[in-house]
Amino acid sequence: MSSSTAAQPYAPKTRTGKVTDYVDSRVGGSGIVKEFGRKIFPDHWTFMFGEVALYTFVILLLTGTFLTFFYDPSMAETHYEGSYLPLRGVEMSVAYASSLDISFDVRGGLLMRQIHHWSALLFVASVAVHMLRVFFTGAFRRPREFNWVVGCTLLILSLAAGFTGYSLPDDLLSGNGLRIIDGVMKAIPVVGTYLSFFLFGGEFPGTMIIGRLYVLHILLIPAVILLLIGIHLFMVVLHKHSQFPGPGRTNTNVVGYPVGPVYAAKAGGFFFIVFGVLAAISAAFTINPIWNYGPYDPSPVSAGTQPDWYIGWVDGALRLMPGTLGDNFDFEFLLPFPWGVNTLSLNVLIPALVPAMIVFTAMFAWPWVEAWVTKDKREHHLLDRPRNAPTRTAIGVAGVTFYCVMWAAASSDLIATHFMVSLNDVTYWLRFLVIFGPILAFMASRRISLALQRKDREIALHGRETGRIVRLPHGEFIEVHEPVDDYKRYKLTAFESPEVTVPKPDENGKISLLDKAHGRVSRFFFEDRVAPVTPKELEASHGDHHGEVAGAKDRESIASH
Amino acid sequence: MADSSHGAPGSSVTVATPGRALDEFENPGLPPHRPRLADRDPRAEKRAERQVALLFFISVLGTLLFFAGYFLVPLDETIARLRLQNLMLGLGTAFAMLGIGVGIVHWAKTLMPDHEVTEQRHEIRPEQDRRDAEKIVNDILDESGIKRRPLIRNTLLGAALLAPLPAIVIFRDLGPLPGNVLRQTMWDTGVRLTRDPSGTPIRASDVTIGSAFHVIPEGLNEAEHKLEEKAKAVVLLMRLDPEELNPSPGRENWAYDGIVAYSKICTHVGCPVALYEQQTHHLLCPCHQSTFDLEQECKVIFGPAARPLPQLPIEVDDEGYLVASSDFQEPVGPSFWERG
Repeated sequence: MSSSTAAQPYAPKTRTGKVTDYVDSRVGGSGIVKEFGRKIFPDHWTFMFGEVALYTFVILLLTGTFLTFFYDPSMAETHYEGSYLPLRGVEMSVAYASSLDISFDVRGGLLMRQIHHWSALLFVASVAVHMLRVFFTGAFRRPREFNWVVGCTLLILSLAAGFTGYSLPDDLLSGNGLRIIDGVMKAIPVVGTYLSFFLFGGEFPGTMIIGRLYVLHILLIPAVILLLIGIHLFMVVLHKHSQFPGPGRTNTNVVGYPVGPVYAAKAGGFFFIVFGVLAAISAAFTINPIWNYGPYDPSPVSAGTQPDWYIGWVDGALRLMPGTLGDNFDFEFLLPFPWGVNTLSLNVLIPALVPAMIVFTAMFAWPWVEAWVTKDKREHHLLDRPRNAPTRTAIGVAGVTFYCVMWAAASSDLIATHFMVSLNDVTYWLRFLVIFGPILAFMASRRISLALQRKDREIALHGRETGRIVRLPHGEFIEVHEPVDDYKRYKLTAFESPEVTVPKPDENGKISLLDKAHGRVSRFFFEDRVAPVTPKELEASHGDHHGEVAGAKDRESIASH
Repeated sequence: MADSSHGAPGSSVTVATPGRALDEFENPGLPPHRPRLADRDPRAEKRAERQVALLFFISVLGTLLFFAGYFLVPLDETIARLRLQNLMLGLGTAFAMLGIGVGIVHWAKTLMPDHEVTEQRHEIRPEQDRRDAEKIVNDILDESGIKRRPLIRNTLLGAALLAPLPAIVIFRDLGPLPGNVLRQTMWDTGVRLTRDPSGTPIRASDVTIGSAFHVIPEGLNEAEHKLEEKAKAVVLLMRLDPEELNPSPGRENWAYDGIVAYSKICTHVGCPVALYEQQTHHLLCPCHQSTFDLEQECKVIFGPAARPLPQLPIEVDDEGYLVASSDFQEPVGPSFWERG
């Protein structure tokens, strides 16, 4: 095409052509249209979570910008004079008063606040679910490791964005959240007290923290998130999207719909759907009714309070940690130094830092850990069905269980009151589960994965159970199986099942410690495996029927009907 | 790197290709396209078109609903009116958005072509590019001479390590140094115990057995740094049967006739320990459920706190009001490194 256009200058004939020519001859852009206009995106419902995350972020920017026009991040004292009668005349910070004004005196302000808060909850949730999708389908493998790391960073930033925003109304509930942050910071050895004084601009609560969180919340964190989203999407374009294995799909192609018009329409339409659903939720369900809590005051607190869901697991970990063991041991240690005695509060430090460190370190390092275990350096553009990577799936489920037990612990008091059980027993059970739950979940989910793989084998070999029971002439009852077609069978068999790598001795006949360790880990990962059905096996399974007892022939003929 | 075709898709070494090996099923290729109703039946196509248009029309109605809520529902001082307006604005927005969104998706799914298309992946970067890049970087490094001139390299390294330090130090004035403030509260000899938040003083006779008072020091409401002082000074006041108190040596006269005062700030991470169980004489922190036993000088009997709540020594002044005998004898609230 380029050779024919080179011969004579391009003269656009259609109106679209004229417009694009006008734009292109000034700023370029037809290259972009050529690259993206018909770019192929694979489609699968699980690819939607990342989209939800992106769209909720856009909605957060839109509603957040509206809120900044009315919100005043000042901790100066004022007396409330707005429309909400129960609080009229009450002494409070300007930040809290302006949040009340947004709710009661700015038309649509309450809706904006609620959409913003619901979007924030959904934003973190969709980022997390998106990451789980990427993890369980192995989409983090080469060449996408860096994008996985960018995603992990985005998850942490979304938590930071959520928490800094949560505190801005300066209400009683969020103030207690800050108080907990202050307490946790002070537990950090050596620098903790200083960090707390620097963050709060002096003693807690001070008059600085809201303004500082505000700048982090509306400027720094969203800017970094935006930058990383740009990098994230750039890499998606660079790698092209991964796809599930299936008929017609290979590791070297992409099967799906072109951006224009189908994919763009679906994805663009989906933005409006996400917005619409959030608006509907915000219309009908109150979130964070700050007017019920009152302004921040260090003395009152209400029972049964909960942080936003994504902070719950850290709060739950704080609850689960015992401060004392028996009568004579506690986790607060007094360390004698030449200059005096210092305090080390492991009862705060361990739950505040260790679970988060375990989860985030494992998350960031996982692509390289798995690559080391599998010794697989190839590019992967085909995803795994979770069942086809049983050990990875089981480790993921164990991690989710660990997280969810801590999350449940953040509601230990509500569990106790709702189910009329002892709060202490709930805590004891959850303490047990936070250690042993992940192990049990690991074992169970690996078994389930393997069982599902066996089921797949069964279907690939013998076909689908039709539920039709047939009595053969000699009296035997059989259920008719319907063989699956080639497409379905390919889907069930197109996966790899790595085997244990046995460490090999080097030229001196020695096996290095690292290789030995690798051998053990590899056995742990791949000792139990289910191999995909091969054509030979399928052949043999048909052969078996013929070699079986009398009646097998009839069975075959019935099955083929 | 011995593996010269490292990372290039399409080359058999580095790319995972299920379906290639002999004992695997051959890829049967894309399944045949199944036409949709609207592809075969012009009436179904027309119907889908009308449905899409109807959805867009619903969006218009949603926008109108928003305006109705905005202009026709004036806010008064009742929360019911606010709720109604919020509902109309929210549902209006929801319909406006969902009408467009569902309409477009319906359009895409029923009327736009649904043939799956196959596109080949390309190498992320050709191998030659990588080789060229390596050479360019090496040439640049050679020309700069940074490898040959360690003096320059090392001094630059040192400078570059030091230069960012001011950017950290400059944050020093974010807050003052802690100093001694965490060890002092407003309590002092003779400071009256007053009710939170009204600030009215409390007579010993007001405190009946089983009752609990939320207490602040007298003058707190007029203090300059009210919230900071309150975050340290709040106290819970309870009266037990004097027989049930088991004061340790040195604390015998910290209570007055069974009335005891304990810091309300949890020694775990600083939440107010606001719940008092009359029957068991336990104090419970609603944040993380640390439980303190009044009969054992607020020793921790459950939960994540590791230290008892500090006790405020109290007595009664000439007029019968409860006053502090001194400040707390130890820092209140969460532990910190310098606490000792």
